[in-house]
Amino acid sequence: MRKITTDIAIVGAGSAGLCAAYQARSAGAEVLVIDENHRPGGQLFKQLHKFFGSSAHRAGTRGYVIGRELLERVEKSGVTVWLDSVVYGMEKDRSIGVIHDGENIVVDAKKVIVATGAKENYMAFPGSTLPGVMGAGAAQTMVNINRVLPGKRIVMLGSGNVGLIVSYQLMQAGADVLAIVEAAPKIGGYGVHAGKIRRAGVPILVGHTITRAIGEKEVEKVEIAEVDDHFRPIPGTEQIIEADTICLAVGLNPMTELLWMAGCRFCFIPAFGGHVPMHDANMETTVQGLYVAGDVTGVEEASSAMEEGNLAGVSAAASLGLLTFEAAEERRKEILGRLDTLRSGMFGERRRTAKEKQLAETAAYEAGRRE
Amino acid sequence: MRVAKHPILDDLDQSKKVTIYYNGKPIEALEGEPIASALINAGIRSFRLTQRRHEPRGIFCAIGRCTDCKMIVDGVANTRTCVTPVRDGMRVETQDGVGRFEKPAGTAEGDGRP
Amino acid sequence: MEGIIYTGVPSKEELAAAPGVPSRERMEKGRVACIECVQEIPCNPCESICKFGAITIGSQITNLPHLDGEKCTGCGLCVANCPGLAITVINRAFSSDEATVDFPFEYIPLPEAGDTVDAVNRAGEVVCQGRIVRVTKIPAYAGTAVISMAVPKEFCDEVRSMKRLPGEDIDEE
Repeated sequence: MRKITTDIAIVGAGSAGLCAAYQARSAGAEVLVIDENHRPGGQLFKQLHKFFGSSAHRAGTRGYVIGRELLERVEKSGVTVWLDSVVYGMEKDRSIGVIHDGENIVVDAKKVIVATGAKENYMAFPGSTLPGVMGAGAAQTMVNINRVLPGKRIVMLGSGNVGLIVSYQLMQAGADVLAIVEAAPKIGGYGVHAGKIRRAGVPILVGHTITRAIGEKEVEKVEIAEVDDHFRPIPGTEQIIEADTICLAVGLNPMTELLWMAGCRFCFIPAFGGHVPMHDANMETTVQGLYVAGDVTGVEEASSAMEEGNLAGVSAAASLGLLTFEAAEERRKEILGRLDTLRSGMFGERRRTAKEKQLAETAAYEAGRRE
Repeated sequence: MRVAKHPILDDLDQSKKVTIYYNGKPIEALEGEPIASALINAGIRSFRLTQRRHEPRGIFCAIGRCTDCKMIVDGVANTRTCVTPVRDGMRVETQDGVGRFEKPAGTAEGDGRP
Repeated sequence: MEGIIYTGVPSKEELAAAPGVPSRERMEKGRVACIECVQEIPCNPCESICKFGAITIGSQITNLPHLDGEKCTGCGLCVANCPGLAITVINRAFSSDEATVDFPFEYIPLPEAGDTVDAVNRAGEVVCQGRIVRVTKIPAYAGTAVISMAVPKEFCDEVRSMKRLPGEDIDEE
């Protein structure tokens, strides 16, 4: 088996991975980015809405434009990117097994950054396995990347930002969204996203859930009902919606398989999607030299993923001695300032609290290990 | 159901077309797109049948994680159609159950398992 | 229940409390931005884009945008640049019986000047007919069109968009 070495190997060429690559390469590191997909960019290129934040976060610029510019920067910087390359495992010594161009290769990097992102949650109800029931992110990939409509008449389950944004983008692509159904008593995502949906005439039914997808071979109708305080459907409140597609926007969970294999310690933080790797303020996990960034550390959003990528890239490069302590600290301070802003306000506080808990649990574990 | 025109994105470039064969029937696809999107464009949403109950399944995650969209592609079972790009002349077949592998030429075992 | 977190539509109270909504007196004078931003989210492109310093958010970018009605010229740059599509420009002085509402629009097909369309309120309900005065889609707006629509003056506080126009049938492919 061929073995290759590099300074920094990054798994995942999405928002976080590309930012990490750019930062590390800019500091002078030899960087290899590996991604199993045919195209780089992860989920960034399907984000058509204008991003929030400040000018430092490229606010007002559409996600795919930010992605295009980031990719251009990374390509110019001299980072090596392997696409269509599957990382199938990681050893405790952080060596990575990759199938690249049909060849099994071991990548032995001085530092590794895992930025594998997250995948969508599923929710079971009668008929939920029928073709026509899909993740909201999947529908978003279909309309915005592959440019096909996965359905014409859609019911969205979940009113978080993903449910709201994807509903809007499905309408932009020409589909009709018949309703957004939300079990909680209130809308989960930004009011401004919900406002766009409402102005388009789409009802947002809080306190409702999908009870059944009806159809022989694929979705033909959807049954919804009101729920009680314990989220149980209330008999007699059922309504039938003539929809051909159901999109599930019921959260995401981090794709942490490689980190478990490498022996990282985890903590359980529901607000971040479940089990998330412990990491310190420099994004280093409990396995020395193994860093994480983006949704794999806990599900947030693209701008935060990019900043965590920047942070991991700077930290990994600094630990190789490529940046002075002072220079690295200055960079980190800027990045942390921007991250702090993204984790503020009535929606961001929950993520800030979750991140603080994750850092505190990591610190407690590390203190225990030193004793 | 192509999204040919879009309020934000450029018009879809449909100049490079290829033909794939879905259960023997020719289907037009765009070069570089995944098999799954070509099928959806052709109005096909049921990709495989489950092993025991032979229930239909289609795409769920579209990022290669859930494997609900697997089909037999050029004789290779369990191919994730949401992340496998089309190729001119490609044969795509509904997979019933776990799928069988074709015998690759010149192998002793013959079941084609890796 | 009323309010943006229950319905996606800001309530009368929420709008009255929003520091980006201009005063009635300022409204009467003519073109002015109406910033219906009622939730503290980290976002400030409206402040950055305003050439007249009429919108203030400050260093804490979760603050709600504050509009200085005297400085606002109603130029409308903020309408296309608000990522939340929460800003309109209202002109109550458009004519004796009509007002214009300039709103962001990101669907196709776009209407054309002179067209009559269904004008909708914040809940997507048709409240009256609107006459398209102008459609602006320029590179600086990054894909967002800004549509200026005339409506009877009594509806300009309600009207915030137009009904999506039917597209070509997506079956015809």
